[in-house]
Amino acid sequence: MKKISDNINFAANNGLLDRRFILKAGLGIGGGLMSASALSSEGKDRLPWMKQPGMPMGQSGPSRYEEHIKREGVGSQPGTTGSGASRTPIEHLDGIITPSRLHFERHHSGIPDIDPAQHSLLIHGLVDRPLSFSMESLARYEHVSNIQFIECSGNSGAMISPKPLQRKASNLHGLVSCSEWGGVPLKILLDEAGIKPKGKWIVASGSDAAMMSRSVPLEKIMDDAIIATHQNGEPLRPSNGYPMRLFLPGWEGNACVKWLRTIKVTSGPSMTKDETSKYSDLRDDGIAELFTFPMGVKSVITSPSFSLNLAGPGIYQIKGIAWSGSGRIKNVELSADGGKTWAEALLDEHILPKALTRFRSAWKWDGAPATIMSRAIDEKGNIQPTREQWFVGRAKNTFYHFNAIQTWGVNTAGEVNNVYL
Amino acid sequence: MFTSKITKIVVNILIILFVENIFADDVFDGVSPQLGVIISDDYIEQVDFVVMPSGEGLPKGSGNALTGKVLYNIHCMACHGPDAKGGINGDLAGGHGTISGPIPKKTVGSYWPYATIIFDYIRRAMPYQSPGTLSNNEVYALTAYILNLNGVIGEDELMTAQTLPKAKMTNSEGFIWAYSPSE
Repeated sequence: MKKISDNINFAANNGLLDRRFILKAGLGIGGGLMSASALSSEGKDRLPWMKQPGMPMGQSGPSRYEEHIKREGVGSQPGTTGSGASRTPIEHLDGIITPSRLHFERHHSGIPDIDPAQHSLLIHGLVDRPLSFSMESLARYEHVSNIQFIECSGNSGAMISPKPLQRKASNLHGLVSCSEWGGVPLKILLDEAGIKPKGKWIVASGSDAAMMSRSVPLEKIMDDAIIATHQNGEPLRPSNGYPMRLFLPGWEGNACVKWLRTIKVTSGPSMTKDETSKYSDLRDDGIAELFTFPMGVKSVITSPSFSLNLAGPGIYQIKGIAWSGSGRIKNVELSADGGKTWAEALLDEHILPKALTRFRSAWKWDGAPATIMSRAIDEKGNIQPTREQWFVGRAKNTFYHFNAIQTWGVNTAGEVNNVYL
Repeated sequence: MFTSKITKIVVNILIILFVENIFADDVFDGVSPQLGVIISDDYIEQVDFVVMPSGEGLPKGSGNALTGKVLYNIHCMACHGPDAKGGINGDLAGGHGTISGPIPKKTVGSYWPYATIIFDYIRRAMPYQSPGTLSNNEVYALTAYILNLNGVIGEDELMTAQTLPKAKMTNSEGFIWAYSPSE
């Protein structure tokens, strides 16, 4: 087996290797794998599943050996079963697409079981022609599809805890997912209805039992909002708004109203419960900010992370996800010494605007305590803040739009913990 | 061989001409199937739940806190607690004066900017297990009760489409917008 040379060029202190090293390091792995199976006839190796035909084709889920990879932190408010959240198991995923069955959830009164034949999109308010669109008719309109993230603005809210909570990356930061969203640009439908000059906002309402509703400025709607009907190639899952949801690239998830039924064009915001009492950002001077729509630049190392401990000193892949509601990720920097020195991570090829971007780096862990962290920078020059910077000016217990740097501490036993610097 | 080459070229030219004729550079540029069906005012009235802070969208009806208290104890107390405090779900009263302090306590009374939001949210989403079962009078009465518990109105003050938007919440000045249009 190829031995990793001791003469490695490090990109930053405490073992961070040049980001290109990951490719070279990979060459050394694999050749030494020894089969534990008994040899079959003629002295040739066949594992048990190579000795008879496999399962029939047709419907299939993940391997039974991967069934532990499921939505994490499923919880509902007291007295309810459908008012709460579940999280994407980001520590077990790779790439940038979130499988639909693992997309995070945040519902306010359960998941409605909607018959698409009885569902229409209704556009009314300050329009020349109030219109209804059936699912069938929407299918004939121009569709677009884009790979984009959606993040609940309450994501990472547990990070305001005064003491770091020892939870998996999913439980801390798993209210973010990324899908290929397909549907009809809402502008086309609003143009057909004809917006009156006084129309400046819309109020979107869902057909869940809470009729969850949000006001969105028309400027965003006419820019890149879509009526999403498809997610990762298939019709939306019920937990993501089947048969249709509002999708606002880069903006907080709550405004992307699921199970969308009505769009009322208005002169201003309706000031719904979910844009005033919730999803508002209280400052330390007692003033609260409404309509903080774009999600801030952010990154999280998903491996190593809490519960994914290191087996012993050696070469590891550090990997994670980065995203920004303002555009593309420009670069992600990694530190293994608590932020004293930084090295640039390798970004996977797909660096799309308002999408998750996968970053990686090789790391030679020498067995000593280490403090690893990632810092994302987007194409607009926004830099992911430190936890200390994030708190400046905010009320102590406000938790929306938390996008500060996540720090993981590795102890000599290889255990990974959530730590604050 | 030669004829097949010629055929390929002719087919390619035909494809180019055909495609160019049917589809513009941007295949949907200005082209829409225009399949929206006009909906009637009566139908809009049935599906429109939007209430604006000005009171626009509020229905006819009325109710006061005295009636509201009776309704509250039947429909709301199990989750929100007696006098709208200490229940298993959010407190609707109390927390006044804490919003700018070290540990802000957000309740309807201490935090919400407009009284219209209470009516809107109850009408849309409450009671949790059976939304849509309360009459407009009952929603006005429950709204009045929550306002009264927070000292915003008196117990016999009638809340209507005209009076509710004028009920001044204690934290009504506590909000600014993070969003500003790019123009």
